[in-house]
Amino acid sequence: MLELDRVTKIFRLGIFGRKSLKAVDQVSFRVNHGQVVALIGESGSGKTTIGKMILRLLPATSGTILFEGRDIAKFHGRALKEYYRQVQGVFQDPFSSYNPIFKVDRIFNIVQKEFFPKVSAQKWRERQEEALCAVGLTPEEVLGKYPHQLSGGQLQRLLIARALLLEIRLLVADEIISMLDASTRVDVLNLLADLKNAQGLSVLFITHDLALAHYVSDEALILYRGNIVESGDIAKVFGSPLHPYTQMLLLSVPRLDQKWEDVEIKLQAQSAPLGKGCVYYHRCFVQEKEKICANEKPGLLEVENGHFVACHRFRETKKEVRYATGETRGTSTS
Amino acid sequence: MKAQKNRTKNEFLYFAWRNKKLRIGIFILLFFILLAIVGPYLTPYDPWAYVGPPASGPSQKFWFGTTMFGQDVFSQFVHGLRPVFLVGAFGGGLATLIGTVIGFIAGYRGGWIDEILNTLTNVVLVIPTLALLLILAAYLGVRSFFIQAVFIGCTAWPWTARAVRAQTMSLKAREFVDLARISGMRATKIILTEIAPNMLSYLVMVFILQFGGAILNAATLDFIGLGPTRGISLGLMMQIALLWGALPLGMWWWFIPPGLTIALLVGALYITNVGLDEVFNPKLRGI
Repeated sequence: MLELDRVTKIFRLGIFGRKSLKAVDQVSFRVNHGQVVALIGESGSGKTTIGKMILRLLPATSGTILFEGRDIAKFHGRALKEYYRQVQGVFQDPFSSYNPIFKVDRIFNIVQKEFFPKVSAQKWRERQEEALCAVGLTPEEVLGKYPHQLSGGQLQRLLIARALLLEIRLLVADEIISMLDASTRVDVLNLLADLKNAQGLSVLFITHDLALAHYVSDEALILYRGNIVESGDIAKVFGSPLHPYTQMLLLSVPRLDQKWEDVEIKLQAQSAPLGKGCVYYHRCFVQEKEKICANEKPGLLEVENGHFVACHRFRETKKEVRYATGETRGTSTS
Repeated sequence: MKAQKNRTKNEFLYFAWRNKKLRIGIFILLFFILLAIVGPYLTPYDPWAYVGPPASGPSQKFWFGTTMFGQDVFSQFVHGLRPVFLVGAFGGGLATLIGTVIGFIAGYRGGWIDEILNTLTNVVLVIPTLALLLILAAYLGVRSFFIQAVFIGCTAWPWTARAVRAQTMSLKAREFVDLARISGMRATKIILTEIAPNMLSYLVMVFILQFGGAILNAATLDFIGLGPTRGISLGLMMQIALLWGALPLGMWWWFIPPGLTIALLVGALYITNVGLDEVFNPKLRGI
């Protein structure tokens, strides 16, 4: 359904664009119909950039993004609108997702004006109320209010309701849970799961929260500094993490029965310059770091069925793949 | 809902009325606007006709006295007020419009469009405006107030463009713009309905500043003899007065009214601007 093929995003920095930052580096993966794919990474790993590129809010520097086999970069005018009818996003910060000087109803009115100009006001109101109930909001409580009068959770759910009003098939959910309080988190997650089961909605679930990712997703992509380091079936990635970064991530989840001192994280290496070697070289805790780790970037290797890792320790596996997820894996390159 | 909206509107009016600077500024402006409208009907004299004894001071018959040639100064004054407002409104409006449009496009589009527009803005910004106006005005034999306003409008916009561009860039980074984009809204619509309303108060103030600037520019041009070739304005009155030696002859009634009025008008506009700033921005209210 959605296919990213060696997508790269380079930001130019500085006055004359002399410095550059590679936010996303040759990322390839697929999201299939009715699949929830978690894109997991720490801040600055490029996960939001990937989401924005899928929503055509940022152009990719190189590589292609295909939706139903068609290059989304070539969508203009009506085709682009049709794309947005099917692919929607919910952003990280609900407070800045609303124009502060207008009432929250505006986001629904825009959807009506842009996509359903022929639907009558009465019918639209019914649909709107239906969508609001689906996300667990009472229409009278939230409609006609200004954004500052509502809580982050309410605003976030309104945004999800807005996406539901369109006939979406893919939702890019960028940290949609982080602003919700613990009691409503599960509701929203279950809502996503229901939509997935009932309508076959696909979700790209962008998050830094491992537990949430585990709860809703079918597949996981672990992103580190713009590169996919490990991916595959969620149970396999979380059950037997292979990449040292994934292992470290899972170790650093706070546990009630464990003291914090046991977990040591080295953050300073995050800003170390990227050489030609492995992106994780500077933080890697593996003792027997090899020469190849510093000199050559590892490709994604299929270690077991549906479980991929980009680490030289598994190079005897020899089965390099391009797409990090997705069922049709006929494109093994070596 | 409605009460809420009324309250914010009333609150705005409340602070607007409480603001002394705003009150003074608006009062002066309204006074002169009213004078410009009704003034010509208050005087029986044609501004150019020789109606009285030359070079006589203010009297009951001639409120502001007469010129070197016996023309009524008050009549010239009220007729000269109109073009001041017209050039101010039109020239200032044009500068605001050009500046805002260029600022919006440059700030929203970014990339190479921004580079080009920014370069253009900087080029126009560093050209000495007055020198350019001098050259242009000198080339045109017949000049009207309209041409003058267009000249001023086309040279005064750069700072507005820069300020609007910066504001647009910062608003564009907010997620509600992204949300509008994935709602399939077109760029022009996003600029007009999402970005512009957020900086409306700023645009109002820009217009007021441009209005004052245009009045001042027009007066300067008039004064050095490059004003309109027909008609009368306050700047032209001052130029003629100076030309016929009103200053050494002590004919203060000839040059003080127009000069003082221009100073008062521009001053009132700036005071209004400061007052509005305090009303729009609660942090400056100083309560």
